[in-house]
Amino acid sequence: MKKIEAIIQPFKLEEVKEALKAIDINGMTISEVRGHGRQKGHVEVYRGREYQVDLIPKVKLELVIAGARCEEVVQAILRAARTGKIGDGKIFIYDLGDAIRIRNAERGGAAL
Amino acid sequence: MLHWNRFAAALLLAAAPVAAQSAPEEIKALKAAVAAAQSAGDNAWILTSAALVLMMTGPGLALFYCGLVRKKNVLGTMMQSFIMMAVMTLLWAAIGYSLVFAPGTAILGGLEFAMLRNVGAVPNTTYAPTIPHLTFMVYQMMFAVISPALITGAFAERMKFNALLVYSVLWSFLVYFPVAHMVWGQGGYLNAFLGGTIPVLDFAGGTVVHITTGVSALVCAMVVGPRRGYPQEPMKPHSLVLSFIGACLLWVGWFGFNAGSALGASSLASSAFVTTHLAAAAGAVAWLVAEQWHNGRPSALGAISGAVAGLATVTQGAGFVLPFSGVMYGLAGGFACFYMVVVVKNKFGYDDTLDAFGVHGVGGILGALLTGLLANPAINESVKLPSGNWGQLGAQAAGAAIGIVVAVAGSWVALKITAAVTGGLRLDPRDETQGMDLAIHGEEGYNLEA
Repeated sequence: MKKIEAIIQPFKLEEVKEALKAIDINGMTISEVRGHGRQKGHVEVYRGREYQVDLIPKVKLELVIAGARCEEVVQAILRAARTGKIGDGKIFIYDLGDAIRIRNAERGGAAL
Repeated sequence: MLHWNRFAAALLLAAAPVAAQSAPEEIKALKAAVAAAQSAGDNAWILTSAALVLMMTGPGLALFYCGLVRKKNVLGTMMQSFIMMAVMTLLWAAIGYSLVFAPGTAILGGLEFAMLRNVGAVPNTTYAPTIPHLTFMVYQMMFAVISPALITGAFAERMKFNALLVYSVLWSFLVYFPVAHMVWGQGGYLNAFLGGTIPVLDFAGGTVVHITTGVSALVCAMVVGPRRGYPQEPMKPHSLVLSFIGACLLWVGWFGFNAGSALGASSLASSAFVTTHLAAAAGAVAWLVAEQWHNGRPSALGAISGAVAGLATVTQGAGFVLPFSGVMYGLAGGFACFYMVVVVKNKFGYDDTLDAFGVHGVGGILGALLTGLLANPAINESVKLPSGNWGQLGAQAAGAAIGIVVAVAGSWVALKITAAVTGGLRLDPRDETQGMDLAIHGEEGYNLEA
């Protein structure tokens, strides 16, 4: 069982969701986050006062899948989220111990 | 009383065809009917204007200011405006109105109208002969409400609430009441038109409101000191959306402020209305042009700041100049205030947090001087230029200078007394870091989990 965490450009969220739906991945959790890697921030100016904004709005997508489907999911995200420019984001993959459905205490693959 | 008059006039008119009236009686009845009709129209507009000016403080200024601060201070900042709607109202009714508009000395009015004694339905013919005295009183009240609220921009995010209240009351006595009386009151030193000495033209409060508040704001910013962490820490406005709505309400409310200052539903009100509107528009354009040139981007905050700058600048002359002169006021105000706020302030490093001086002080002074040059007797018969426009420029400069001196001295004294009475003007460092909302009011503006 794997957990995939993808930090993507906010405007790519719909495409990524569609791509995952197309390979029959339906569960995911989304959060609005801020951060930066190599991408430089931008400058905002309010009445002449400049603010360097380093932390840029991104969307974090978290999903848990069976280990066998990992590569397929990663490829789908890569295709949908890529623009080829700095700032496209990153994908992190974790090994996951267990998953439990709270409603009926099902465990492991059955809970996904 | 007014209703009774109108009723009597109607009766007389109705009776006219039956009982053959003598011509003089008929003329008298007609005159009474005409006067009643004019009074009704004028009263409707000035009451509406009073409500518009109140709307400038809340929600106009409250929104404009609160959007420019950090979100931990949003309620505290709104309260700084709102509390003036309560406290200044009471102070004005109790004694402020009398000290400004009752007959008295050249510096301050007397006590004839204290507690609203002798202020009723009968017009005060010295100031506004066609509207009930009460309407004039409540209209002027709204100016006394918004003035100390404007100053709060200078010490936003760090002033104690009790210090704010004490300072604002003292400021009213030491700065607003004397200057308003000198400029507008019967026998006031700067009101040669009503028995004073220097003929200052101030249509809607360029000197009385904007110079006094703007200059006092600068004194406050320097005495209170900068916010903790200014200017190293980022202190971005938390919601320009709120500021935007506030600025638009200010623009609309300003029609009450300026066109209402005609004190009647007259063609002069129309003239002041158009002048005001043109100034706001030109101010917004001027600021954006300056910004485009200076920063390479025309910002939303710049657009609304420019409009407010144009409005503050035109206030002094709105009903004294040709309507198209409003464009001059707007352009001059937009450019000058931009330069003060963006270049000069950042060079000197004082923390006039929301630019009360940069916009209202600079716009007010500029408007006072421009009015000397642009005042035109063709627009307003009360414009008398005994020594021409250049002579009037001198009178305007003298009025502005007196306003500045009173504001500096009065504010400084008010701040010193306030600090002594309340044990310090500022929030303690922990409270300032936590934010006014929780530290002062025990609330938060945005409870997203609720």
